[in-house]
Amino acid sequence: MSDTPISRAANATPANVARKIKGLSDRAIAWIFVGPTIFLLLAVNIFPLIWTINLSFTNFRANRLNREVEYVGFRNYERILTDSDIWLNMQATAHFLFWTIFFQVVIGFTLAYLINKKFKGNDLWTTIIVLPMMLSPAVVGNFWKFLYQPQIGLFNYIITFFTGKEPSSFEMLGSVDLAPWSIVIVDTWMWTPFVMLICLAGLRSIPDYIYEAAEVDRASKLRQFFTITIPMILPFLMLAILFRGIENFKMFDLVVQLTGGGPGSTTELTSINLKREAFEKWRTGYASAYAIILFVTVFGLASIYVKALNKVKER
Amino acid sequence: MSSFSVTEPTKRSKWFAGTLVITYALITMIPLAWIMLTGFKSPSDAISYPPKVFFEPTLEGYVNLFTTRTRQTDEFLAANPPENWYEEIVRQYDMVIAGPSKFGERFLNSVIIGFGSTFLSIFLGTLAAYAFSRFKIPLADDLLFFILSTRMMPPIAVAIPIFLMYRQLGLSDTHLGMILLYTAVNISLAVWLLKGFIDEIPREYEEAALIDGYTRFQAFYKVVLPQAATGIASTAIFCLIFAWNEYAFAVLLTSGTAQTAPPFIPTIIGVGGLDWPAVAAGATIFLLPVMIFTVALRKHLLRGITFGAVRK
Repeated sequence: MSDTPISRAANATPANVARKIKGLSDRAIAWIFVGPTIFLLLAVNIFPLIWTINLSFTNFRANRLNREVEYVGFRNYERILTDSDIWLNMQATAHFLFWTIFFQVVIGFTLAYLINKKFKGNDLWTTIIVLPMMLSPAVVGNFWKFLYQPQIGLFNYIITFFTGKEPSSFEMLGSVDLAPWSIVIVDTWMWTPFVMLICLAGLRSIPDYIYEAAEVDRASKLRQFFTITIPMILPFLMLAILFRGIENFKMFDLVVQLTGGGPGSTTELTSINLKREAFEKWRTGYASAYAIILFVTVFGLASIYVKALNKVKER
Repeated sequence: MSSFSVTEPTKRSKWFAGTLVITYALITMIPLAWIMLTGFKSPSDAISYPPKVFFEPTLEGYVNLFTTRTRQTDEFLAANPPENWYEEIVRQYDMVIAGPSKFGERFLNSVIIGFGSTFLSIFLGTLAAYAFSRFKIPLADDLLFFILSTRMMPPIAVAIPIFLMYRQLGLSDTHLGMILLYTAVNISLAVWLLKGFIDEIPREYEEAALIDGYTRFQAFYKVVLPQAATGIASTAIFCLIFAWNEYAFAVLLTSGTAQTAPPFIPTIIGVGGLDWPAVAAGATIFLLPVMIFTVALRKHLLRGITFGAVRK
């Protein structure tokens, strides 16, 4: 990027001469400036990751430090990949990912499209819509649990008010069928604004003259929407999906507070399951292998996805 | 360009768009409004059905949030009349205030860890972003991607070794440990956001300063920093909000001394289950600063979220 002949020429201004005379060289400053960040990330992210990989080949248990640690090869990985319960958790996670992203993209894009019409006071209402995503997911999850209470909750009351169903006839958090949807609703409430903001940024980046040219060509509004708006905003939508996908794959706090993984294990997403293995059953080695599998999955999917995203961008 | 523009929406479509957006905004506000309302209810009003929109407001939830209470004998209560309004609220249940609750402490932890890690991430992040923006760093793009990729890891995946590592280093359940951890999580965001802001400051400013005899350091803090101030401020808010809201690490790696408010609020127990008005009061106090920040910074939100990639 900065290696074009023009920028090289720009760097050869007299400023460079002045730089060499006074103070440290640029290279030294660069390392002093970047060094601490890299060091911190190595210490708190990469070192633990390598440690996790190492642990994943052992039968180590963090609550029994005196026990001798044995290397068990790929046994942990084998057990996880052949465990049908874990595949159920993966399915629950995939279900959750699919529906949250679906609703957030549909509602988020619609809102962004409407806000882009620049009606009066849209700034204020946008700020109000954005509020939920700035809040603590754990506190939000805890409070939605209150709203979902079958006997006293506001949510059930409102549904009853509109449908006439008995409020105690449906338990959002207690029913096997409804519990997964209770998380989808809260996550959509919380994170639709994020998708909306990215879409809004995308819509605002489309230059007016493209529409003006289309108007001259007498393209209908509908046609303009499908041939200009959608293709131009696609990279932004894909970016939003990437961010939401990564975040929701890691989703922990909201679900822990809301359902705790229950009823049964219907809302036990992989990260909740992982927490249970690591910090309740203390099967550290096993949980480490699980963590690595999840990380590789996210990283792999994200890399493939980013490649596709770049292709869309290049068009 | 003429005053007539084809891209300007018609009046009717504006009105239609406005109505839909406002409807959505109002619906989206209901849960939040309900949290705040519940904080002012008495425990019995909070769990009445149908839910009460109109009720007699009380500060009971807030008193319960900040205090611990014990039951007292009738003789004691008769001999020691209540001295202030909060004693009076507690007296209706034949109780006296025994002392402060843990909420104040936990809230203070949130403040210390939130601001500590924000300061550190901004300090380190600004330096790194400046270096990435201005100097030729070998493999800069790869390094930047590496920095971003650290955000993809599920917190629980690294929590196990960090748990073990912190125990060895004596950092578990300490403010410093949590500050370092949140800094590491936030720094990727800080570097990416700040690089975008610094990229936009023309290099000519510094070059002029260098010609005037400033050193690189002087040019950096006398010329670049003031220019980047708004960008730094809005990045700081994003870092603060993350550290403020974080739950997974807090619940896994702290047990008391350094525990922040998010793991604590959902555990406020009253008579027979959760004390919902107190929980709501705690949530309100905890959410309020973030809400104020959001309103104050609404202009910067868009750029922050899109990594400054889009200019209006």
